[in-house]
Amino acid sequence: MSLLGEMSQKAFDMGVPISVHLDVTYRCNERCVHCYLDHEDHGEMTTAEIKDVLDQLAEAGVFFLTFSGGEVFLRRDFFELLEHARRLLFNVKIKTNAVMIREAEAQRIRALGVDTIQISVYSHRPEVHDAITKLPGSFQRTIKAIRFMRAQGLKVTIANVLMTWNRHDSDGLQKLAAELDVHYTLDPTITPKMDGNTSILSLRIPGEELPEVFRNRALVPNPEEFCAPPKPVSEDDLEGYSCSAGHSFCYISPYGDVFPCVQFPLPSGNIRRQKFMDIWNHSPELKEVRSIKAKDLTTCSSCSHVSSCTRCPGLAYMEGSMRGPSSADCEKSYYRTGIPTANMLRKSSQARITPLVQIRPLAVLA
Amino acid sequence: MPETYIARSSAIAARLLAGEMMVMNSTDSTFFTLNEVATAIWQAADGRTPLREIVRSQVCEQFDIDPDQAQSDAEQFVADLSQHGILLVSDQPLRDPSAPEQP
Repeated sequence: MSLLGEMSQKAFDMGVPISVHLDVTYRCNERCVHCYLDHEDHGEMTTAEIKDVLDQLAEAGVFFLTFSGGEVFLRRDFFELLEHARRLLFNVKIKTNAVMIREAEAQRIRALGVDTIQISVYSHRPEVHDAITKLPGSFQRTIKAIRFMRAQGLKVTIANVLMTWNRHDSDGLQKLAAELDVHYTLDPTITPKMDGNTSILSLRIPGEELPEVFRNRALVPNPEEFCAPPKPVSEDDLEGYSCSAGHSFCYISPYGDVFPCVQFPLPSGNIRRQKFMDIWNHSPELKEVRSIKAKDLTTCSSCSHVSSCTRCPGLAYMEGSMRGPSSADCEKSYYRTGIPTANMLRKSSQARITPLVQIRPLAVLA
Repeated sequence: MPETYIARSSAIAARLLAGEMMVMNSTDSTFFTLNEVATAIWQAADGRTPLREIVRSQVCEQFDIDPDQAQSDAEQFVADLSQHGILLVSDQPLRDPSAPEQP
């Protein structure tokens, strides 16, 4: 394990929130078709409130801080917040669409010692990217901003979300990322909106197309290992946890609401009413999340994939139970290895029963 | 003998976890952890206090270490961290390291 991995594990074991994702606004200048947020301002935290939150997070031991949104640069005080965060010695990552970043902003980001800028780009074709963001000209502005940032020596990652609209553009975008000398990531996960609306899930690519992603050597360093059948489940696997959500990571909304993760909309407290550490240490919701081991999962605890699955407890929660399966991850495990999950087998067995019930009246007629 | 002044680079992130200081350089993402003695030197690296004084007040007095050995170890530690761009070293006092560079 790397030194960083060791320290992250230590934070996990000690319950130290080593990493926090802070959305400073939900407002955005793009209207991406797959976005899970609404873009209204329902009462964002003020500059002073966010600075106070940052002070509390530093005190709590947070090291990795992600500023995200919405579009962070829509806040006029964003550089003031960034400066405050860097004065507190956070390792800062910014997620942005970059359309408001020009040379001066890139210089300032560099001077403030920001670690990484993650930028959403959905295609190498301007018309596809702009159709997804619904902001004409956004592709040109974003790519220009990436060039400004690279000229400053900043580390940039292009983050692509694979969906039906851009399913054939990953290779082209990957080449563009190489030309720009930036890192490239691809995520096929589309999540329901935060209010539970699942309409955007129709943008997910068909499961049958996932193997192509999982076997792409440019994205997955060792596809053979990644796609290998799961190893036999051990006692240690069943004593393990799904992820760091609520253990050493949490999410804070622009309104001060604290959640286990950005993808886990379980309200666990509000920083306007309580100190961060009171929420972190005493929230019943966070305590419940922390209590769930693999052996406590309904269905998943008996699944052969339990030790290697990317099961997201937040997606499971949105599907009905934080102890239940996340169908999107079941699908990934299946298309990664070719082996059905316990949840898929359970559903298929239920599906086989249903038609028998439906034909029962025919039997009566006979 | 000229004095040595040390200051933390504005490109670094740092946080204490279980008595160890985690330090990361944003320019190349190198990651270090500092033990208790190194952390004491790191925290005292204000750009104004000579290294000799830091060693005397933060290391020898607090950790009961031989002064010559402590000075030698501290110089090696400072050289290592300065090679990685984590510490700035000068024979003159340096600017306040707590404020990141202004554009």
